Amino acid sequence: MMENSIAWILLFPLFGAVLSSLLGMANRKVCWPIGVLSALGAFVAGIMTLIRVIDSPDHMVVYLFGGWTLDSFPRGVGIEFRADLLAILITLIVLGVGLCVAIYSKLPVKEETPGKEHFFYPLFLLQITGLAGICLTGDAFNLYVLIEVAALTGYGLIAMGSKRAAAATFNYVILGTIGASLYLLGVGYLYIKTGTLNMVGINEFIGATEGLKESSTMQVAFVLICLGILIKMAFFPLHAWLPNAYCHAPTATSCLLAPLVTKVMIYVMIRMVLTVFGVDFSFESTLWSSVLPWLVVIAIVSAAVMALAQREIKRMLTYLIVAEVGYMVGGVWIYNYYGMVGSIFHIISDACMTLCLFLGAGLILRKCKTTRFDGLRGLFSKMPLTMTGFFVGGFSIIGLPPTCGFFSKWYLITGAMVAECWEYMVALLFSTMVMVVLFFRLIERIHLAVNESGENLGKGHGDLGLTKEQTRFSEGPLTMLVPLLSAAAVVLAIGIYNQEFVNLIEIFLDPFDLPGEPLIK
Amino acid sequence: MTDPVIIEDIRPFLAFVVPLVGVLGIVWAGEKRKNLREIFTFVAAIAQASIVLSMVPAVLGGVNFEYNIWQVFTNVPLLLRVDGPGLLFACVASVLWIATTVYAIGYMRGLHEHAQTRFYSFFAISLSATMGVAFSGNLLTIYFFYEMLSVSTFPLVTHMQDKEARTGGRTYLGYLLFTSLCLLLPALSWCYVWLDGGQITMDFLGDVGKVGSFGQTTQMILLLLFTFGFAKAGLMPLHSWLPGAMVAPTPVSALLHAVAVVKVGVFCLYRVYADIFGIDVLKSLNGEDWMIGIACATILISSLIALSQDNLKRRLAFSTIGQLGYVALGVTLATQNGMGGSVLHIAMHACGKITLFFCAGAIFVASGKKYVSQLRGLGRKMPITMGAFLIGSLSVIGLPPLGGFVSKWYLVLGALDRDVFWVVVVLLISSLLNVFYLLPVAVTAFFRTEETEEDPGIKEAPWPCVVPLALTALGCFALFFFSDPLLRLAGLVP
Repeated sequence: MMENSIAWILLFPLFGAVLSSLLGMANRKVCWPIGVLSALGAFVAGIMTLIRVIDSPDHMVVYLFGGWTLDSFPRGVGIEFRADLLAILITLIVLGVGLCVAIYSKLPVKEETPGKEHFFYPLFLLQITGLAGICLTGDAFNLYVLIEVAALTGYGLIAMGSKRAAAATFNYVILGTIGASLYLLGVGYLYIKTGTLNMVGINEFIGATEGLKESSTMQVAFVLICLGILIKMAFFPLHAWLPNAYCHAPTATSCLLAPLVTKVMIYVMIRMVLTVFGVDFSFESTLWSSVLPWLVVIAIVSAAVMALAQREIKRMLTYLIVAEVGYMVGGVWIYNYYGMVGSIFHIISDACMTLCLFLGAGLILRKCKTTRFDGLRGLFSKMPLTMTGFFVGGFSIIGLPPTCGFFSKWYLITGAMVAECWEYMVALLFSTMVMVVLFFRLIERIHLAVNESGENLGKGHGDLGLTKEQTRFSEGPLTMLVPLLSAAAVVLAIGIYNQEFVNLIEIFLDPFDLPGEPLIK
Repeated sequence: MTDPVIIEDIRPFLAFVVPLVGVLGIVWAGEKRKNLREIFTFVAAIAQASIVLSMVPAVLGGVNFEYNIWQVFTNVPLLLRVDGPGLLFACVASVLWIATTVYAIGYMRGLHEHAQTRFYSFFAISLSATMGVAFSGNLLTIYFFYEMLSVSTFPLVTHMQDKEARTGGRTYLGYLLFTSLCLLLPALSWCYVWLDGGQITMDFLGDVGKVGSFGQTTQMILLLLFTFGFAKAGLMPLHSWLPGAMVAPTPVSALLHAVAVVKVGVFCLYRVYADIFGIDVLKSLNGEDWMIGIACATILISSLIALSQDNLKRRLAFSTIGQLGYVALGVTLATQNGMGGSVLHIAMHACGKITLFFCAGAIFVASGKKYVSQLRGLGRKMPITMGAFLIGSLSVIGLPPLGGFVSKWYLVLGALDRDVFWVVVVLLISSLLNVFYLLPVAVTAFFRTEETEEDPGIKEAPWPCVVPLALTALGCFALFFFSDPLLRLAGLVP
């Protein structure tokens, strides 16, 4: 099993999907165990692959599906799966989040979409397959196919939600398709110019061919691919599909999609910039690195301000995702070693903290029947563990030590300083302050006996103006609570052991010649 | 000065962890077993104080204890180190925590406060963070614990859970987190990134004066970012959070906002000025005089504002801002005496000011009175409390034979060393202002009896309130007569 571990990562959820679809028709109850077991299997295979990647001398494991060979120059056609350190780290995050949400989904799926388990779990598992595949594939066209696999299953999962989900999904379908088409078009141009679809192959060809870097076809390909990815990752102002889609989706869906989809697309962007087009072409031959930081500033500031205007937890969180996307895009495009480290580390940590927040929001929604700010008073005494988990995620978004959010912000700020990209740093600090307001306002609304306009409620002395029944201790079920608390623990653990992750990221980034390297070593 | 001997020891870490363990006990005992819960707090406080005090003899003998908690970045550890000034601060905070625990029991029960379990839990967490700051061995460590303290005191400030608490809490966190995230964090990464090509840990022992390799402008910007980034120090114009935080119950105001939190702020300033910049670098820095000016302005303006406050706790809060200005002044003077005087003033002022806050709380528990103008004739009915108030006032004013005199003496010496005579004048004027706003309180209570309507029911507050304030008042005397170990810890005498 060890030498095929990359294949197993994809095969577990793929066959799990088929199995849960077939068996689920006969008995809805088998879907959840199949879902959890496939996610677990994939996760274990992911860890094995990580171990293999770390052990291998060049930190890379290659798997050729169906025995294709890639010996010729330019590299021929063939599906290659390459697990380098970056790919496997992000894959592991995908699989870990998948496992967490699979366990968590038992009750929400049964309650929100009764009788539809045999639709939900196949889509859920295919989504994981798609996302993990995106991270692992070494082929530009294969990447497009997997993006579509993830997107199509995503549409299905979101549309299962409340009444307004259908309209939101339609919006997402249109924008998502435009994004994917732009990407495909870009890959087409690349293929015309280089005659290969293999990522490393394209890169080798660009390096070996005179004058290709100045070619306008390459420029067009680059712009199209990046634009497509930017739509897919909901980079402001191309984010319009995201808030509604994630808000009206069923709980389990939003828990899976919100932490992963945008982050995986940022991974794709990094992959394109570093592996496919190469550092020289992406940063030196295009104007992106001088324009994009400013767009990032606009993105972060506007998304943060929009988050400030929300009065509902889930909606607020969706705008936070848009702001965080701005962080990571900025980290890539300030063209600096530390920015890149911060960006990659932020993919990992942001996935974990967003997971925390959405799992918590799901629990709150289940207990209070609302996530509007008005309905939250007294939750600290009612669900202390849930709130602890939720606010660990919140503090991490703010960037308080020792959560992982602090460290990613640290590297991003460091990068901004070394690159002397002050506008990006100010935007980061501004949004940090907005996050402080967002989460401490939430704490106020839960903790204090005061309504929004500032009038006292209750009889004073900590009386919240609620009945005994409303404040009595009543935690969520274990299948939901355990994933939340483990996610919170992971947020802290990644923070405390950030060195281990950063070392791996540094090994990955070593061959790419990014400026500003030798500072903290 | 000779270099200290470094010894690996787990005690600083224990002093940090003990309150956290205490929290488990406090939560477990809960609202139903009140006495057990208070015993847990008490045990934690005593354990912490004994651990801290047990390190005094060795540190006086020139030993520094070190404990490496965790490697944060490749070359920057989360490091605890016990040196003289840190230990002095830790001693003050942990010993006064014991007194405050006794006092809090009397105060919270006397007023039938709600959510006392939450109160004691976060109190213990705050004290743990305070120990962390006191024993921090490098800049990153101090930042971690500084943030921990900001967040863990928020539930205490908003304890009343009403509209006023919301306003106070917002001001509190707004100021503290804004400054620490937007001013301090950039300054911090700036140092770590640019100094020695990032090869530096910003250690308080080994890396003194390394910022001197920056240009003058950069140094000055850094100094400003640090000085205002540590907004807990209450330097004007970033002082408004402190009066806002007075909505908290009095034990919180007493320990946290006269001893732990604000002193953490000025202690951080001390670390930055003495152990990051160092006296030599500060002296060669052209704009450094401005910092002295800011400190002096803080002292004078806050004293003038204090004169106009009728609410006793607010008056004390502005007095605290002024006294923090003294500490800041001492470090900005950049002389050996000034630095030592600052550290000393942290201890001396803590003892005096906590007495005053205890008294204010005891008056509130016994009579429900909050305003200075209501205190007429109270001296006859609460002689111990008002007597202690008088002693505390005199100590804060700085009269011998009370502790406050010693530290002010060294501050004046520091000013003379620096050849800034006008600072001495400022110190004198401010002492006079202290007299004007503090003494009338005790005078009103003792001598203005004629025109009051008698409230027959008023008598001394319950004994758990009175005993601690009497003890801290006596402590003000003790600090004067037995100041030698303190002077040695502060590095003023060998």
